[in-house]
Amino acid sequence: MVDLKVSNKEAYYQQTLENTPSKTPFAEFWRKFKKQKLAFVSFFFVVFLILMAFIGPFITPYDITEPDYENVLSGPSAKHWAGTDAYGRDIFSRVLAGTQISLYVGLTSVLLGAIGGTFLGIVAGYYGKRIDSLIMRMCDVLLAFPGILLAIGIIAILGPGLGNVIIAVAIFSVPMFARIVRSSTLAVKSTLYIEATKSIGTRPKRIIWKHIFPGTVSSIIVYFTMRIGSAILTAASLSFLGLGAQPPSPEWGAMLSGGRDYLNIAPHVTIFPGIAIFVTVLAFNLLGDGLRDALDPKIKE
Amino acid sequence: MLRFLGKRLLQVIPILILVSIFIFLFVHMIPGDPARLVAGEDATIEDVELVRKELGLDKPITEQYVTYMKNLFRGDFGTSLKTNRSVSYEIGERFMPTFWLTVWSMLWAVAAGLLIGVISATKRNKWQDYLGMFGAVSGLSLPSFWLGLMLIQLFAVTLGWLPSGGMDSWKSYILPAFTLGTGVAAVVARFTRSSLMDVLKEDYIRTGRSKGLNERRITWGHGLRNAMIPVVTMTGLQFGFLLGGSVVIESVFSWPGLGKLLIDSVAYRDYPVIQGEMLIFALEFILINLVVDLLYGILNPQIRYE
Repeated sequence: MVDLKVSNKEAYYQQTLENTPSKTPFAEFWRKFKKQKLAFVSFFFVVFLILMAFIGPFITPYDITEPDYENVLSGPSAKHWAGTDAYGRDIFSRVLAGTQISLYVGLTSVLLGAIGGTFLGIVAGYYGKRIDSLIMRMCDVLLAFPGILLAIGIIAILGPGLGNVIIAVAIFSVPMFARIVRSSTLAVKSTLYIEATKSIGTRPKRIIWKHIFPGTVSSIIVYFTMRIGSAILTAASLSFLGLGAQPPSPEWGAMLSGGRDYLNIAPHVTIFPGIAIFVTVLAFNLLGDGLRDALDPKIKE
Repeated sequence: MLRFLGKRLLQVIPILILVSIFIFLFVHMIPGDPARLVAGEDATIEDVELVRKELGLDKPITEQYVTYMKNLFRGDFGTSLKTNRSVSYEIGERFMPTFWLTVWSMLWAVAAGLLIGVISATKRNKWQDYLGMFGAVSGLSLPSFWLGLMLIQLFAVTLGWLPSGGMDSWKSYILPAFTLGTGVAAVVARFTRSSLMDVLKEDYIRTGRSKGLNERRITWGHGLRNAMIPVVTMTGLQFGFLLGGSVVIESVFSWPGLGKLLIDSVAYRDYPVIQGEMLIFALEFILINLVVDLLYGILNPQIRYE
């Protein structure tokens, strides 16, 4: 406690000495965020994953599609770090190349869902009345198909494939974003400064983009990050069920599904893609938790 | 309480109607001609027209919806394209295995989640808390199908203690129920922790302490009882997560339930079965949420008067 007080005082003096203005929201966020060690580490891991998504396919030690029938289902070794699969393909190379697919599917689907959901949520929250109940009832209907079921229903309509998985996961994210953004829109809308802006005759469009939207951004960012983890899991599950990426794609869920038949004799074919999914989703979830704690003004240290 | 019940029931009706319209339109949303899809790729034009008549697809869409609803109320969900048996038979046969699987998963998940949540909240920032919460976030991040496969490998193949799939005895439930419940246990643990930590800051808890009540009584008696209110709602929503998760888990464990039927039907493009299943899943979920809402009203009298 004593240490804390001293360092606070020091920071205070430092600030007055340099005559800087009071902390910016970003500095405040960064200070809180840095304290959460797990989230901080996850942030760098996510950056690393994004880097791997770009360069991974170019630095694989082996060709990811070339079969090697001399070397089928061999366990991890110095030559093949994660062993080889039923076609003798290097699993480490395939997991590395698959990073791109999982991140691409996770990010684009959640981004599409967030754009759609944010738009609907702001419109519902700002205009209220009929349009609000219409949008919210539509969300209720989509949410009546729990979890992965809505995505499976959409795939049943559109047909299997990775592109359709992105659409399915995006639609499945829309209602949750709409609800969250609607409730923060309602909170911002009732503040005094919005009333003030309205009273000087600002047009609704301008109020929404200049005042309401920025007020909802922090909740969007937190939910966005958390949602990426579950989107990656959903997409991998769909591929595992044969509804998403098809072999020979190095998508992690599809790889796992392919390794299933050899679980007895070659468990490594299943183990490594599973670890890749787990670690990736864990990083996004921990990052999301950290962002939530750093951005939520209600949470005090 | 009766007024509250009536109000809640009235709110559910529009959702039910919208869901039924959505599912009815399902077949119409498939790109291409639904009659041709149902008749099959190599059907003749006459066959396609016959199917169109049979399914009533030649009539106006509102009339089709009315017929669809009439049939639903009679329990007629159509006929499976794959087995030629009625969809209600196919679903009826597989309903109970999925029901019991979700119930057992829910029971252990809630029990474990509450326990971990309470320990984490009372031992805040101690190793128990860190361990519990790291376990919870890991549980959220585990791909359930992978966890299932690993458990099969360990307990069925290597150790030979439990069956690797199917539904033969009570032993068959252990692995699938454990796998399916992991995610829910994690959510319940996280939610209980934050809810209980909020409650433990309240004035009446301080009053309890100053009266000299012991900590255990305060946590379990006063704290948890009030912390449970949001947890109950959250748990109801998690039932949906379980129903969705069952689709994946049933495929891993060859469980003879609704989820496996759904995946088989999607692969076969058996649209009447898919349609019927989506309806059953949605109905079940809406019903559970209604029950949870009512439970919420019982736990928290304030809600009833709003």
